[in-house]
Amino acid sequence: MAITYTSGEQVEVYRFSWPVTLGVPLAALVLQAFLPIWLPLVRIFDLPLLVTIVFATARRNPLAGLLTGGFIGIVQDALTHQPIGLYGISLTVVGFGASSLGIKLDVENAGARFLLTIFFYVVHEVVYFLIARGMVGLHMAWSWPHELLSGVANAILGVLIFMLLDRVKQRI
Amino acid sequence: MDVLGRYRNLIVLVGVLFAQILGLAVQVNVKRTTDSEPTRLIRVWAVGMVTPLEKAMVWTQTSTANIWHNYFYLRGVRAENRNLKQQIERMSLEQARMSQDADQARRLQALLAFREQFISQTMAAQVIGESGSEQSRLIYLDKGYSDGIRPDMAVITADGVVGKVLRADPANRHVAQVLLIDDQTSGVGALLDKTRLQGILRGTPSGEVVLEKVMSDETVPSGEQVLTSGGDGIFPKGLLVGRVTKVTPGSELFLNIRVRPAADLSRLEEVLVVTKIDERQTEPSQTGAARAVDILASRLPGVPSKPEDATKNATGAAAPGTAAAQAGAPSTVPPTTSGPKIAGPKVAPNSVAPISAGSEAKRPKSSPPQASTSGEAPGAQASSGSALVVGSAPKPASTLRTSAPASSGTSSGNKVGTNSDAASAPTKPVKEVVQPKPQPAVEDSPH
Repeated sequence: MAITYTSGEQVEVYRFSWPVTLGVPLAALVLQAFLPIWLPLVRIFDLPLLVTIVFATARRNPLAGLLTGGFIGIVQDALTHQPIGLYGISLTVVGFGASSLGIKLDVENAGARFLLTIFFYVVHEVVYFLIARGMVGLHMAWSWPHELLSGVANAILGVLIFMLLDRVKQRI
Repeated sequence: MDVLGRYRNLIVLVGVLFAQILGLAVQVNVKRTTDSEPTRLIRVWAVGMVTPLEKAMVWTQTSTANIWHNYFYLRGVRAENRNLKQQIERMSLEQARMSQDADQARRLQALLAFREQFISQTMAAQVIGESGSEQSRLIYLDKGYSDGIRPDMAVITADGVVGKVLRADPANRHVAQVLLIDDQTSGVGALLDKTRLQGILRGTPSGEVVLEKVMSDETVPSGEQVLTSGGDGIFPKGLLVGRVTKVTPGSELFLNIRVRPAADLSRLEEVLVVTKIDERQTEPSQTGAARAVDILASRLPGVPSKPEDATKNATGAAAPGTAAAQAGAPSTVPPTTSGPKIAGPKVAPNSVAPISAGSEAKRPKSSPPQASTSGEAPGAQASSGSALVVGSAPKPASTLRTSAPASSGTSSGNKVGTNSDAASAPTKPVKEVVQPKPQPAVEDSPH
């Protein structure tokens, strides 16, 4: 449950196979666009964000993290009608932050993963909100209860995705 | 070099963020200056990457559902069938009534040289996905450019308006992007059904729909229907959008009117894309006196069928009581008619009640009909549409021609049954079958 500090020597770094590296983000994007048609409630989840966090913390490589986040974010942007870069920037920040934090913290237990996911969900929403309002001029409303509730829901799903991807990650 | 190596990750992060912010700024600038954003290659690739998988999933899901519903889950089908038949009967009656009302409306529109828009062609499409973002409320359809879908086409369901086609590119020929009416960048010209107040329907960041630009001194009741006004050039006038749910004083001079969309925008599975909207002016010849006369003729005492010997005896002289005789026209009525036959005594001149404008075919109580028809009972309701008389005083219906030529509508206007009309009327078959006027039907093209 506790988030413990680990030295660089103790950190375990993982990698994913190419099919997983390409297939999981693609599946997340497809499901994010497809599932709400049949289950409107799942709109509260942000699968691409969760996948970005999971990949970034497992690899523990800030460069890989920011590139993964940036790529997933730009594709997510491309599926909307908003300018490309809103999700791209926020997921780049999240990918970089999650992989940097993954080096410092032990994120192998469910509690740490839960808190980490809530934290980065809020970071993602704040960055998106600032860019959308400040640069693009979108009218957006900020609601802390809504954001926190969504953060908890995403964190629960995030823990499950962590567990799922633990099975396919390969230790270096 | 050491500094670069030490802060390599941070430098890359800053570089990537800078590039994205720069790209974002360029896009925002282009959108503001040109008001239309060109399609980015990345969008084509992303849509091309994601939508085939979505189509496959939708196909799998619908196939499974069809197998279940069509082969296994047939419980209650008989009862449902019985209920549907009853519903069809009820709706047929309703349709007949509304058809006559529509005829009347067309005649009035013709008089006003009114140009109406109507949906002449639609295409059914399956929803295969959405954007996956709360800030971008759009859906993807499995039909696209190659199917004839173009940007700015209206998208509707049986319940109401859904949105408009945002993108339908040749690059992604089998996919179209539809912007929903609850997106904050959408706008629909709308009007309130009863008060006829016009406004602009917009989405909000939270996904609600509001009607803007209605002055605060107006009274808008909750529950009132909101329709498209046709002013946006995308949606034909009169489509149901939703209902007013809440009215509060808004900022400045306008009301804040919340609207609940009639179509369930969060659960869209199949939609109709309006691929063709026609505009036409109702022509008097289509809906003129001939139709009104025909309808009336089926409801009033008609020309009796004559025995053959009587016809021979009456050479050169019309039988009394016939319309031709009233008009002084010799033998303009053929001996056999397909119209309503008089079962009782001959119709006396001027025995049928006058027809008032825009009302039912009424008979004064003091002069009951002296003839009854074998078809429809006398006094049966003639709809307001069928009994329309414009620009003429009520005339004795005994002078009513039962076979007004269709082309006489222009010369005689919409007058029904004048002596002069009857006198100048060319010889025609007595009874014309009343064909229902072609409605502005919604035709579904094949998928």
